Amino acid sequence: MLKSKTFVKKTRSGGVVKIVREHYLRDDIWCGSEVCSECKPETTELQKNAYIESNLCAYPHYLIPDTNVVLHQIDVLEDPIIRNVIILQTVLQEVRHRSAPIYKRVKDMLHEKEKHFYTFTNEHHRETFIEREPGESANDRNDRAIRVAAKWYSEHLKAFKSSSDGLEVVLLTNDQGNKQKAADIGLVVFKCEEYIKSLIANPELVDRLALTDNEKNEISKKVLFPEHLPLSKVQAGIKAGTFLQGTYRASRDNYLEGSVFVQKDGEESTEVLIQGLANLNRAVHQDVVAVQILARDKWVAPSSVVLQDEGAAKDDAGDEEDEDKALKTTFAETAKKPTARIVGIIKRSWRPFCGMLNVSQIKESTRHLFTPADRRIPRIRIETRQSSTLAGQRIMVAIDGWPKDSRYPNGHFVRSLGGAGEKETEQEVLLLEHDVPHQAFSQTVLSFLPKMPWVITPEESASSSYWAVVVDEGKREDLRQLIVCSVDPPGCTDIDDALHCRELDNGNLEVGVHIADVSHFIRPGNALDQEAANRGTTVYLCGKRIDMVPELLSSNLCSLRSNVERLAFSCIWEMNHNAEIVKTRFTKSIINSKASLTYAEAQMRIDDSTMNDDITISLRGLNKLAKILKRQRIQNGALTLSSLEVRFHIDSETHDPIDLQTKELMETNSMVEEFMLLANISVAQKIYDEFPECALLRKHPAPPPSNYDILIKAAKSKNVEIHTDSAKALADSLDVARVDNFPYFNTLLRILATRCMMQAVYFCSGMDSDFHHYGLASPIYTHFTSPIRRYSDIIVHRLLAVAIGADATYSDLMDKHKQSALCNNLNYRHKMAQYAQRASVAFHTQLFFKSRGVLNEEGFVLFVRKNAIIVLIPKFGLEGTVFFDSKDKAGPKLIYDEEGPVLTVEQHTFHIFDKVKVTISLDASNIQHQKIRMALLDPVIPGVSVPAENPEPPSKKSKIDR
Amino acid sequence: MAGLELLSDQGYRLDGRKANELRKVQARMGVFAQADGSAYIEQGNTKALAVVYGPHEMRGSRSRTLYDRAAINCQYSMATFSTAERKRRPHGDKKSTEMSLHLKQTFEAAILTQLYPRSQIDIFVKILQSDGGNYSVCVNAATLAVIDAGIPMRDYVCACTVGFVDETPLADLCYTEENGGVSSLAMALLPRGGQIALLQMDARLHQDHLESMMEAAMTACKGVSKVLDEVVRQHLEEASALSRD
Repeated sequence: MLKSKTFVKKTRSGGVVKIVREHYLRDDIWCGSEVCSECKPETTELQKNAYIESNLCAYPHYLIPDTNVVLHQIDVLEDPIIRNVIILQTVLQEVRHRSAPIYKRVKDMLHEKEKHFYTFTNEHHRETFIEREPGESANDRNDRAIRVAAKWYSEHLKAFKSSSDGLEVVLLTNDQGNKQKAADIGLVVFKCEEYIKSLIANPELVDRLALTDNEKNEISKKVLFPEHLPLSKVQAGIKAGTFLQGTYRASRDNYLEGSVFVQKDGEESTEVLIQGLANLNRAVHQDVVAVQILARDKWVAPSSVVLQDEGAAKDDAGDEEDEDKALKTTFAETAKKPTARIVGIIKRSWRPFCGMLNVSQIKESTRHLFTPADRRIPRIRIETRQSSTLAGQRIMVAIDGWPKDSRYPNGHFVRSLGGAGEKETEQEVLLLEHDVPHQAFSQTVLSFLPKMPWVITPEESASSSYWAVVVDEGKREDLRQLIVCSVDPPGCTDIDDALHCRELDNGNLEVGVHIADVSHFIRPGNALDQEAANRGTTVYLCGKRIDMVPELLSSNLCSLRSNVERLAFSCIWEMNHNAEIVKTRFTKSIINSKASLTYAEAQMRIDDSTMNDDITISLRGLNKLAKILKRQRIQNGALTLSSLEVRFHIDSETHDPIDLQTKELMETNSMVEEFMLLANISVAQKIYDEFPECALLRKHPAPPPSNYDILIKAAKSKNVEIHTDSAKALADSLDVARVDNFPYFNTLLRILATRCMMQAVYFCSGMDSDFHHYGLASPIYTHFTSPIRRYSDIIVHRLLAVAIGADATYSDLMDKHKQSALCNNLNYRHKMAQYAQRASVAFHTQLFFKSRGVLNEEGFVLFVRKNAIIVLIPKFGLEGTVFFDSKDKAGPKLIYDEEGPVLTVEQHTFHIFDKVKVTISLDASNIQHQKIRMALLDPVIPGVSVPAENPEPPSKKSKIDR
Repeated sequence: MAGLELLSDQGYRLDGRKANELRKVQARMGVFAQADGSAYIEQGNTKALAVVYGPHEMRGSRSRTLYDRAAINCQYSMATFSTAERKRRPHGDKKSTEMSLHLKQTFEAAILTQLYPRSQIDIFVKILQSDGGNYSVCVNAATLAVIDAGIPMRDYVCACTVGFVDETPLADLCYTEENGGVSSLAMALLPRGGQIALLQMDARLHQDHLESMMEAAMTACKGVSKVLDEVVRQHLEEASALSRD
């Protein structure tokens, strides 16, 4: 069965080393077709009647794409209509070397049953293996291997002609030479475009074809951009110090400007300015680029003009001088910053972008410009025949390339997301733009879920439920008899914490925090675990939740619902009545929650003195301890900050927001929070003691003092002093900050203080020395209490389980570099989730105001800017900008004083915290960027404020809308 | 660059073998006339030569004499040209001393030493070309050489390495696989009774997987023993045919 064949390979690793590897050729690799009776595989992937309706081939056929077709036309291959494709091992290996993301997409397709994709291991097949000939390049050899394999297939299938209705294999290649050679040996071969265009069923597939050959797309021969340097030269330049490497960030406001953050060894990163089309040299936001610093006399200052690339497609020549002229403003010599030009692209970070199509004015044109939703991405030229359908829709477009003679990058249409302004579409857009993985879980991931029905049978003790027996073996404590209950916001289905409190015989109190034992279901390293690690966190949008783990776990098996037995990880303290901890212990357990309460229900039980059942007594005990804990925490200098969170009342049928309310906080909210904090701190201490090198912790760095400037200035304007030397001082001074007749002042101050803070981040204890959590005033902190919605908590669970000997460890858990890479991903995902959440709230606010029409509301000035004030409307938790200058007409006289900061408009001067009245409406002039517009009503400034007309009654307006 | 994919989705390894398949084994016995026993073995690209002297009376320091059984002396070495980079390998470095010790332990368990009290058996093994699984190939070569020398053993000692990738044990690792971050385990087995003469692993492995690894190692060792048995029988046939003439 084995045929041994050795081949010699030379590779360079420092020097020249000769590598000898064995290469076995086999005769038991099957063709994978249903037609074949000679091969004996267990399963066949390729169907007998493999019809894809096409003008070119009327017979059933299998497709064999070559490497470049897979790399460039992956969007086409992913279409459900393309089935029965043979991916050769040669192709798969080449794809793997060239592009990891595409390799993953190919693998996903191979796993999908409906696609009928088959991998043929041609490199190890006795008849299809070929050796590289002298003088033949590796690419040529691979092309030949593909041809040989295709030939083999066609010969092989010919043997079963009678049973196969003339089944053929079709080789797809874009390489002219390869095509010719394949045709010479009698293969059916097409160019990818030819083939896709011939498909009868799906004409729109043509739009997804990536533009590979640029010669077709040329408009003018004039070269607009300087050539990019080859990578070898760029690397040499970076080594020599003539070039610098950094990440390019386009400016949001000015498409002709951008900056590159250059990170040099052991130095602070510096920002270099890039200005002008030619200097930007086709860099796209987030690309890693090489820049060359210009001579000092060519340095410029960042322009303060707002420029958007608007209007019709510009011809590639001629205009750019005019465009650049717009930048030429006079500036002071001191404002000049280091300026550079981009000489080469080290790594592109192109992804599919969301946006909308600008339909070309010429009706028959198939070439259109696409405007991405993100203003930092340039417009992209795409070719499509369905422009009339796509206009007004949100679509996704991928960039294929940016030739040096084209004003815009070339791209192709990927898919349509739906009509602009529709809720589903907009949600999809904001998920995609914030890089939130939100596809349905794949089959591979779901295969790691426990089989239903899943029960912990009563007669089996804690140690022997079906799943429990595999991993835990008696390491679980039976806590089912405890009076445990959960307190959550209304409508919460992923309950990950539950509490109990009871009096012990010695008079002390036993308090337990029980957290869903997610790590029991998600075992390290499997597909489910990897998916969760990648997602990092559950994302909560208005009216929608993007789960981190499949719903079976998040809403059922892990959710600590009442009156069912659930596996938990418990943290149990013995405390005296002064909330001093006597003993702490951690254990895996089984619990049976007696009640799932909402915050309001729990509050009612505590307040209702007639209720004296076990749950209520337990709640009262918890509440009492929580108050003491909170007091202690605040004494230690923990900050109570404020940010307005709004909640939408959503219409149950239309899912449109009908009312908006700021979230209320009750005593029970803080009760649950206190115990969660306590559990997190206890666990953090424990895992750090056990694993000082690889504990996953969370820190909140103290902000640099300059961050507080705005807060101190703002407070001073009301004659209030704020001390910011330490968290404690800040907390104390915030507490005493009161202004008579202005009850909202304190909240406003706290909102401002929140804006001064740094972002809290996860980190690995072995990689950092500063653990302090500034906001909570705790020397050590981690996340333990929400494993259903945060991956960090799963890792912490695993660490803790190992620490108490309840689970086995694995190598990645103990590797601080891997752990710190994981932290980076988690931090990124958390940040993006937050942005997505905010964007979702903003979108729903817009929907709300759309249905409400124009509203007049009172608000407070939160910030004062050079040409605008930022107003906060407490009723809606809404923040908006009132501009005093406009593009088309001359603005009022503005005098800005940075020291105040105050802004004088004509006669009136605005201070921070001023009370104003504004009118709110929806600005839908730009359908892609709808926004809330605010205009001043009171104080009345002639020429600036708008007349206070009576807004239409909201009820009438909404009736019209329906 | 992406690392190597040690096991493809289709179940093929880098060199085209399936997970449980051994490399091609070729062996010859009695390659040197001067020694009491000798053998040459190729397991894929790993090639080893084993030579046995003895049993003979103690040489060198008499103090090592054992009064109830034979003392076994093993020496392992690698040829300078055995790896990709030519390298001088002095005697008695840490690695080869350890390997010699392992071999000694293995053969003390297999050879019926009590039949030769106060005597000594020398086993010398040299790796001519190294491509993974050096220990196991040495054991297999030495087994054949000991048989060639006519020294009675309890059973063949067959050795094989097993690695663990993607929840699957891989039999008989080659050099690229050994270096690809695989936790590998080496086992020397007396196949008929199923006794383990030596088991060595110095990588991290989850306890749950140990059983399947051991299982795979045993199967692999039994596979090796079948091949060795064939070699011995064929050698005997040739030898007896010669002596009949």
